[in-house]
Amino acid sequence: MRALRKLFSFNGGVKPAPHKAASIAEPIAIAPLPERLMVPLWQSTGAAALPLVQAGDRVLKGQRIGAADGGLSVAVHAPSSGTVLEIGPQPMAHPSGLLAPAIVLATDGEERWTELEPVNVGGTPPDALRDILRDAGIVGLGGAVFPSHQKLRPGAHGTRTLIINGAECEPFITCDDMLMRERAAGVLRGAMLMKHILQAREILIGIEDNKPEALAAMRAAAGSEAEVVAVPTRYPAGGAKQLIRVLTGIEVPHGRRSTDYGVQCFNVGTAFAIHQALDHGQPLISRLVTVAGNVARPRNYEVLIGTAMREVVALAGPRPDTNRYIMGGPMMGLPMPGFDVPVVKATNAILAGSPTLFPPAPPEQPCIRCGDCARACPADLQPLELYWFSRARNFGKAQEYHLFDCIECGCCAYVCPAHIPLVDYYRYAKSEVWAREREKEAADAARQRFEFRNFRQEREDSEKAAKLAARNAAAAAAARAAADSPAPSATAAEPAEPAAEGQKKALIAAALARAQAQQAAAPPRNTDDLSAETQAEIAAIEARRQEPATTANIAGGDATGTSATPTAMPAAADKKKALIAAALARAQAQQAAAPPRNTDKLSAETQAEIAAIEARRQQAARLPPEPAPEPPREPPLEPPK
Amino acid sequence: MMHSPFLRPAPGVRGVMLTVLLALLPGIAVYAWQFGAGILVNLLLASCTAVAAEAAMLRLRGRAVGLAVGDLSALVTAWLVALSLPPLVPWWLTVLAVLIAIVAAKHLYGGLGQNPFNPAMAAYCAMIVAYPALMSQWPAPGQLDFGAQLDLILGGPRNIDAISSATVLDALRTGLRTPGATVDALRQTSPFGAVGGSGWEWVGAAYLLGGFLLLARRVITWHMPLAFLLTLALVSGVAWLIHPAQFAPPWFHLASGGTLLAAFFIITDPVSGATTPRGKLIFGAGIALVAWLIRSFGAYPEGIAFAVLLMNICVPLIDMKTQPPVFGHRGGESP
Repeated sequence: MRALRKLFSFNGGVKPAPHKAASIAEPIAIAPLPERLMVPLWQSTGAAALPLVQAGDRVLKGQRIGAADGGLSVAVHAPSSGTVLEIGPQPMAHPSGLLAPAIVLATDGEERWTELEPVNVGGTPPDALRDILRDAGIVGLGGAVFPSHQKLRPGAHGTRTLIINGAECEPFITCDDMLMRERAAGVLRGAMLMKHILQAREILIGIEDNKPEALAAMRAAAGSEAEVVAVPTRYPAGGAKQLIRVLTGIEVPHGRRSTDYGVQCFNVGTAFAIHQALDHGQPLISRLVTVAGNVARPRNYEVLIGTAMREVVALAGPRPDTNRYIMGGPMMGLPMPGFDVPVVKATNAILAGSPTLFPPAPPEQPCIRCGDCARACPADLQPLELYWFSRARNFGKAQEYHLFDCIECGCCAYVCPAHIPLVDYYRYAKSEVWAREREKEAADAARQRFEFRNFRQEREDSEKAAKLAARNAAAAAAARAAADSPAPSATAAEPAEPAAEGQKKALIAAALARAQAQQAAAPPRNTDDLSAETQAEIAAIEARRQEPATTANIAGGDATGTSATPTAMPAAADKKKALIAAALARAQAQQAAAPPRNTDKLSAETQAEIAAIEARRQQAARLPPEPAPEPPREPPLEPPK
Repeated sequence: MMHSPFLRPAPGVRGVMLTVLLALLPGIAVYAWQFGAGILVNLLLASCTAVAAEAAMLRLRGRAVGLAVGDLSALVTAWLVALSLPPLVPWWLTVLAVLIAIVAAKHLYGGLGQNPFNPAMAAYCAMIVAYPALMSQWPAPGQLDFGAQLDLILGGPRNIDAISSATVLDALRTGLRTPGATVDALRQTSPFGAVGGSGWEWVGAAYLLGGFLLLARRVITWHMPLAFLLTLALVSGVAWLIHPAQFAPPWFHLASGGTLLAAFFIITDPVSGATTPRGKLIFGAGIALVAWLIRSFGAYPEGIAFAVLLMNICVPLIDMKTQPPVFGHRGGESP
């Protein structure tokens, strides 16, 4: 074994009471098979899976029942054998309380597996391995649920270091600890497989030094294949950015991929899932879940995806005053909208909450600028400044002060003596920024549509006038010619048309190329960087934002104003998206080009643009409006857990 | 619905303020021991005025009175005002000063957390401009018994000679105007002690002790006190080396006047001070420089209060220009 590795440190962080001892007293238990499983189609960052089954179908355990939809999506599988009861909107494991499509299974208790095919990893090209992982439904199990196959792409300069995250810094959660203790060999095997796919040179396994058993187990399993490093226990040491910093000294900025810096980071649970997927051909249908908090017997359970949280918590004996569940830890966890939401791939822990365990926040007091938050911030932000700007709705300034570098770890709110819910302010500010950017896009699109409509009307008028003039002229000519010899009906305007058509096409091509170049050169917006998960959140927020507006309208009996915007039909929305995309490209091209239109004196360039839009408008109307899936800009780093 | 984090163990603003009050106790004890119990009467008077003014202003502003008065911030302001004023000023001057601090400097700007100026120093400056004579009457150690002090505080006839003429800073400033006077010669005379003012040196030492408590409890960081004290020592030291007859030595500056009270309790007011690490260094150093300039060349013997207000004005600029680099944005290297 090598001499002690030089460790780095991140600034800030906090040391909350760990609360971990209770749930590691007993080994991992297998949760019993429930009668009903509710498998959401949307369990990862990216698009929801496309259902492959119908109500009434018989399915086998491990059978793929939802297919990945696009590059940033993964499959979902039947966690047990049984019958599909229905496919429809079900409660989601998300604080919004919104419904999302899910496949509901009635289990038959037979646990009959589908045929599993182990993969010959050495003889399979990396691209095929990535496809296999996508179809096995493998996502980051640290909580971020980012599709793993997307993160298993070597960066531009190759990936030097593969980091396996066993830090597990959130209080209460011990599922990674127990996994490493009991299944160290599988975790290591998964890490080796990832090292192979990434062509990485070394594996570093980072574990907080408050888990001596896990450290010993992983060291015994790793031998010389990987270096197991004890990192100082300090929340959020398990944040991917923080762990990368501690182990390598590299700081991955917001909006960049860690592979561009030669590192990639995976949770230990993900490593184990990859081992199962490739070595046993077994898709991701279960995960370890810590059940803790206000329960009599905290413990870790291996739970089938889709099991209702209520059934899992029941195993640990919830106390009667349990008033809610939290998915994840107390620092970053999500409050669940009810007890019957399903366990999903992101569920690393379910904390039963009670008014005594997690008392309501004390009343908010004024900020006294003490700076405790700045000292606690692991991203080196000045949370108090972000707070003032967010509160003042000065979102531009908040962005200037790196609002989007905030990882929402909660350290600032944890230490704030004024009990200000700082993270809520930042979430609010971020959602407002996203909403404004989208509103601006929509407004631009509307302006473009309006201008184009004006232009088209004028063009039609002038064309009509021209045709009329031509017809008159032809009639006159015919009348004159009639004097000499009888002629067929004159079509003076027609022969010009094919030539005009060809010219138009050439112009369209030119305009398209120009618009694309413009789009590529355009600076990225905040909304570009978003993981689909965040986008979903935005959508949820947007829905909630608009809801009060609509109800207010109804209540006020005011049918004007905003009443037209809120309830756009999905199909209309898709069509609108295509139009917006086209209009945006045009807007950018136009901005670069001459001052905007005067439709009376059209330059050739403008004509080309208009032609291009028209072409695309028609295309958009004809084709199914499917926005091309963009490759992810930044696989978001997993949040600390 | 309550969102993460669900753990909120922070002690609250009240806890912070309570620590500050506790840290002031050693200084107050030594003050009372050296100069008589009159200061305790002033502290009580200031406290009552502050709480009443705070409650009245909160009520006028339509805010919840209980929680805000309970945060103890008004008491901290009151104590700092009382400790900054000469201990034998008549009662109404103390009351007026506290009213200016709480009503004008704090609540008219929006209450706790909103005031751009240090309330205690704003009140001190208003008083020294309005009542320069009363504000320059400081006692010598053990000079008056409690009865006599109480009489003066309650507005009894003031025999100026019975009260010591001035602070050491004042004595030095006026003394140096005499042709041929030197700092060394002056420091042999009555109000001067071994390093600073007689008696005040001990009070200063007790403030230092309280300051260490604040540092240990992480209520303040080391940046401001260190920058302030080092800069004061540096500028006064350079001047003293160049012209020792006209400029007092650095240890004199550090030990006299309100230097140590200011270093740990006044300039460290978080609301009106800089918040970034580098900003705190600049803020502390700036106060020291301005204070020394006023002490050495200005019209007032003590310049810290004016220096604090001047630097308060600069805080937004200092904070803006000293934002620390954010994680991942250091150095600007990118592959």
